[in-house]
Amino acid sequence: MSRIHDMGGRFGDGAVIPDTPDAPVFDKDWHARALAVTLAAGALGQWNLDISRHSRERLAPKDYSRFSYYEKWMAALANLLVEKGVVTEEELQAGHAKGGSPLADRKLMAANVGAALAKGGPVDRPGPTPRFKPGERVQTRHPTANAFVAGGHTRLPSYASGQTGEVRAFHGCHIFPDAHAHGRGEDPQPIYAVAFPAQALWGAGADPRDEVILDLWEPYLERADG
Amino acid sequence: MPHDHDHDHHHAHAVLPSEPALRVKALETLLTEKGLVDPAALDAIIDTYQNKIGPKNGAEVVARAWADPAFKAALLADGTAAVSEMGFYGRQGEHVMVVENTPEVHNMVVCTLCSCYPWPLLGIPPAWYKSDAYRARAVREPREVLAEFGVTLLPTQKVRVWDSTAEMRYLVLPMRPEGTEGLSAEDLATLVSRDSMVGTGLAQGPAT
Repeated sequence: MSRIHDMGGRFGDGAVIPDTPDAPVFDKDWHARALAVTLAAGALGQWNLDISRHSRERLAPKDYSRFSYYEKWMAALANLLVEKGVVTEEELQAGHAKGGSPLADRKLMAANVGAALAKGGPVDRPGPTPRFKPGERVQTRHPTANAFVAGGHTRLPSYASGQTGEVRAFHGCHIFPDAHAHGRGEDPQPIYAVAFPAQALWGAGADPRDEVILDLWEPYLERADG
Repeated sequence: MPHDHDHDHHHAHAVLPSEPALRVKALETLLTEKGLVDPAALDAIIDTYQNKIGPKNGAEVVARAWADPAFKAALLADGTAAVSEMGFYGRQGEHVMVVENTPEVHNMVVCTLCSCYPWPLLGIPPAWYKSDAYRARAVREPREVLAEFGVTLLPTQKVRVWDSTAEMRYLVLPMRPEGTEGLSAEDLATLVSRDSMVGTGLAQGPAT
C-alpha cells in the first residue's frame, strides 16, 4: 500500500490557485530559512536525497495533511537529525546544544555554497543492460510497493500501478530510490519514460488523445502480453 | 515480509515549538551551536534562489532555442548538455529534458509524489506547483487545470503530462508567439513566463 504523499488523481482538493507574476520566491522569511537549513544539514552527508524524501512521506498522514510545505520539511529534518544521531531529542526540545559534534568539520561554509549548489548530485551510473526498448509495451507493478521494506520509499504512483504503457525513451541507469532510501546502496537500474493513455488511467471522460508520461525504473515493469 | 518501518513511530519533530517560524529558528540555533550550520551559508543559499537562480535562466534557454535552430536541435537532443553549456547545470537540474510544444502537442509538468522541479532553470517552485490541488489534479484533469490558469489550447493539441517521478527534470519549450520575427534573443526572453516553461502558461506576444 501507498502513503499519504501519493496523491496523483485524488479528488477533493479544489481549485489550483495561480500566483501573480510579482509573487515573492519565498512567501515568508521562515520559508527561505527552512529551505536553507535543510540544504545545509543535508550537506553534512548523513543522509541522501531519497532518505530525505522518504522522511517527509512517512510523516503521520494527519501531520502531512495539516502541515504547510515547509513545515513538512522542518518536521522531516528534525526527525532525521535525531534518527541519525546528529542531535539528541533532548537538544531538540531545549533548542540548544549540549555539546559539539564530530561532524563540525563537514559544515557547509558560506564561501562554498555557490560551488556546492552548482555541483549538484547526478544519479546516472553504470548499470545492467536494459530489458526494454522504446516502442515496447510494459505493465507496471501492482500494487505499488517497496519490494525490500514494508511501507518503504518507492516512486511508482498508485494511479499508474497495474497499468499498461509504452516505453518512449531509455534514460540510462539511475540510482534506485527503493534501495537507496533504505541503506541498500545505489543499486542502479535502467530507467524509462513510459507513456500511459489518459483514458486507461482515468476512464472514458478523459480526452482520448491525452497521455501521461512517468519515469519508471525497470524493477517496476514487466513485459506486457500481446 | 519485513516488519513495518521502525521510523513510523518516531515523532521527534513534535517537541519543536508550534509556531513554524520559531520551529525553524530553533533548528537553526541548535545546529549553529553544534557547529554544523554557518548562518552566513544560509544567507548565501537564500540569496542564490531569491536573486540569482530563477526563471530568467529558463527564459534565456527558450529564447535562444527560438532564435537559433541549431541550438534548439541540440537542446531537444540533449537538454543537460545544452543548458550546462549556458552555465545552468546544478542541484535539481542534473538530468534535463526539454519538451517542445507544437500545434499538435501541449506539454505540462507536475510532480505528484513531491515537488520535483528544474531548479537551475526555474528556481524554487511556486506554491501552486507544490499544492495538493495541482499535484492531485494535473495528471487526471490537465485541461481543467489549464483553464484555471486561463490557458486555452488549440483544438488540434493533445495534452502530454510529465509526472516527474525520478531525477529527470523537465522544461517545456513553449511555442514562439506570432509577431516576434526579428526580435533579438534578449527581447524574446522577456516574453517567456515561468508558467509557460512548466506548461501552465503560454508565451505571450509583444505588447502592442
